[in-house]
Amino acid sequence: MDYFAQQAINAIQLGSIYALIALGYSMVYGVLVMINFAHGDVFMVSSFFCFLLLLVLPVPFIAALLIVMLATAILGVCIERLAYRPLRNAPRVSAIITALGCGLVIQNTTLSISPYSQRMPELFTPVTWNFAGLTISSLQILIVGISVGLMLALDFFIRKTRYGMAMRAIAQDRVTVPLMGVPVNQVIAVTFAIGAALGGAAGVLYASAYPVISATMGVLVGWKAFVAAVIGGIGNVRGAVLGAYLLGAVEVFTVTVLPSTYRDLVVYTLLLVILIFKPYGLLGRPAVQKV
Amino acid sequence: MLKASVFLLLTTCAVFLTGCTDPNRDAVKIGMNIELTGEIPAVGASSKNAAELFFNALNEQGGVTLAEGPKKVALIIRDNGGKADQAASVAQQLISSQDVVAMIGPNSSACAIPAGEIAESLKCVMISPWSTNPKTTLDQDSSQPRRYVFRGCFTDPFQATVLAKFALNDLGAKKAAVLYDVSSEAPLGQATLFRDTFTAKGGEIVAFETFTTGDKDFSAQLTNIREADPDIIFLPTYYNDVPLIAQQARRLGITAKFVGSDAWSSPEIIKLGGADVDGSYFCNHFSTQIATDEAKKFIADYTAKYGQPPDDVAALTFDSCGLITEALKAGGKNEREALREALSKIREYKGVTGTFRFEPGSGDPIKSAVILQIKDGAFQWVTNAQP
Repeated sequence: MDYFAQQAINAIQLGSIYALIALGYSMVYGVLVMINFAHGDVFMVSSFFCFLLLLVLPVPFIAALLIVMLATAILGVCIERLAYRPLRNAPRVSAIITALGCGLVIQNTTLSISPYSQRMPELFTPVTWNFAGLTISSLQILIVGISVGLMLALDFFIRKTRYGMAMRAIAQDRVTVPLMGVPVNQVIAVTFAIGAALGGAAGVLYASAYPVISATMGVLVGWKAFVAAVIGGIGNVRGAVLGAYLLGAVEVFTVTVLPSTYRDLVVYTLLLVILIFKPYGLLGRPAVQKV
Repeated sequence: MLKASVFLLLTTCAVFLTGCTDPNRDAVKIGMNIELTGEIPAVGASSKNAAELFFNALNEQGGVTLAEGPKKVALIIRDNGGKADQAASVAQQLISSQDVVAMIGPNSSACAIPAGEIAESLKCVMISPWSTNPKTTLDQDSSQPRRYVFRGCFTDPFQATVLAKFALNDLGAKKAAVLYDVSSEAPLGQATLFRDTFTAKGGEIVAFETFTTGDKDFSAQLTNIREADPDIIFLPTYYNDVPLIAQQARRLGITAKFVGSDAWSSPEIIKLGGADVDGSYFCNHFSTQIATDEAKKFIADYTAKYGQPPDDVAALTFDSCGLITEALKAGGKNEREALREALSKIREYKGVTGTFRFEPGSGDPIKSAVILQIKDGAFQWVTNAQP
């Protein structure tokens, strides 16, 4: 029993990190109907921001988290301004290719500066508790706590504030809403800033939990978070969180009951099955085609 | 008038360019197909350093002596990104368009197997300094030894025997767990061979877990391993994965010793792993602590030039360069077929990593291994294992 409980803890930790990254994909898609494939690399570079920050200045955890989130948000806004905004009315394929290109630029810039993996200095020394055969560290609690906190804050922001309302409005109709006086560029910039900042938070938490960082690490994690966003219904913020925890749980519990070699097979088969029965994801709604 | 002078200028330039600026034209060209970027960049860097050290010294002495007199050696270094497809296309490019007489690398088995396929079909000698997977020197269809592919290291079946014996006899382990990257050729082969040998010699494998390249979370597999309560955990994975596995295992309260393969050998593992990997053992090709006189000179030169002692990839690359030079001298010609012929006739070669013995018709050397321990931030020699 404690064995399954331990695996459940593992699943929640993994799911929380996927969720923070998946939110970035889902928000941008919701507002712009665009898949921001650079997001995985933005996440990666944020952990390098954290690494550099700690090299220069050994700040406490919360300060590091906030500084890195801010830096990553600025990066997100810059990418939007320089690479995506000029292409906003271009064919959708161009935007996707640009996003992939941005990701590669970020990844290879990091690679040229730091071709080797780096050991992350410890942000704080985690305390480990053992009871009834379970091992929980304060780091795990922190990861889950911060992730859930940020997700609730985002949910509140989108549902209760004027900016959130503007985001939802643009997501619904990008042609009419600007005519009502909503500053579209500003709202989209804010969307990117928040999405990137969440990726930045994920980067810091990830680097504390898995303290060997490399320039290529964003690819696989970013890809899985994207899958999580699709399972949950891309464009839907609550769906992204649901998809992420589901993905984390399926990954961990497949390893628990089956040989670990089957993990990815089971995960992606499940993805296909979900999409066959719910083509728009678990919480996604079919888009209404406007003529 | 202007036209004529521009034309004259261009022709002079053209003559000048073809005539003088290509120093490689008359040299013996050797290609390197190595992992300078990607998951294991430290491997490519060591390989490059050692080859440059070897051939710079050789060129300073006038180069390699062929029948027509001494010739300089030019290295053409290409990055394969640690990826199988890129390694194959680099092999193609080096052999077909750069016209090299031999190719050194790739080092990882995942890259060396496809690159070996290309080298074999284009009839160009390839030496992989570090690839231990048996498939590197075997033809895929016939399972016969490839004629043009050689290596500078022992193979995985030998390594698995060494490690299984060491775990059972020296560490007194009865129950072992294995965790490895199922999508990478060398770890996959080493894990399976270790399982079979360890079981055959009376041990028990209590957990056999996998992950895929790029994974950073091993908590689910490690929780399984903790449940199985092994005496040792065998991790035939590259140096960049070991630190995270070790750290997560310790956080879960697993106290079993880690045992690794030669894929651990980069000093990066100490930098990235810290206290979590301290006390672990692994099998390796070379130790700076039991060096012969030639090896001592190599270690001193290497350390002086690059500011850190050579790891096993560096030493094996150095020996691979030595083997090629030896064969070039014996063959006497700057030509692929003569080089292959001469290389296949070498029966014994004394290198910095020990004595190489080749059986006729095989590109796999028979040589000894060492067991090292990571202790107080350094690799400590523990014991030797003879073939």
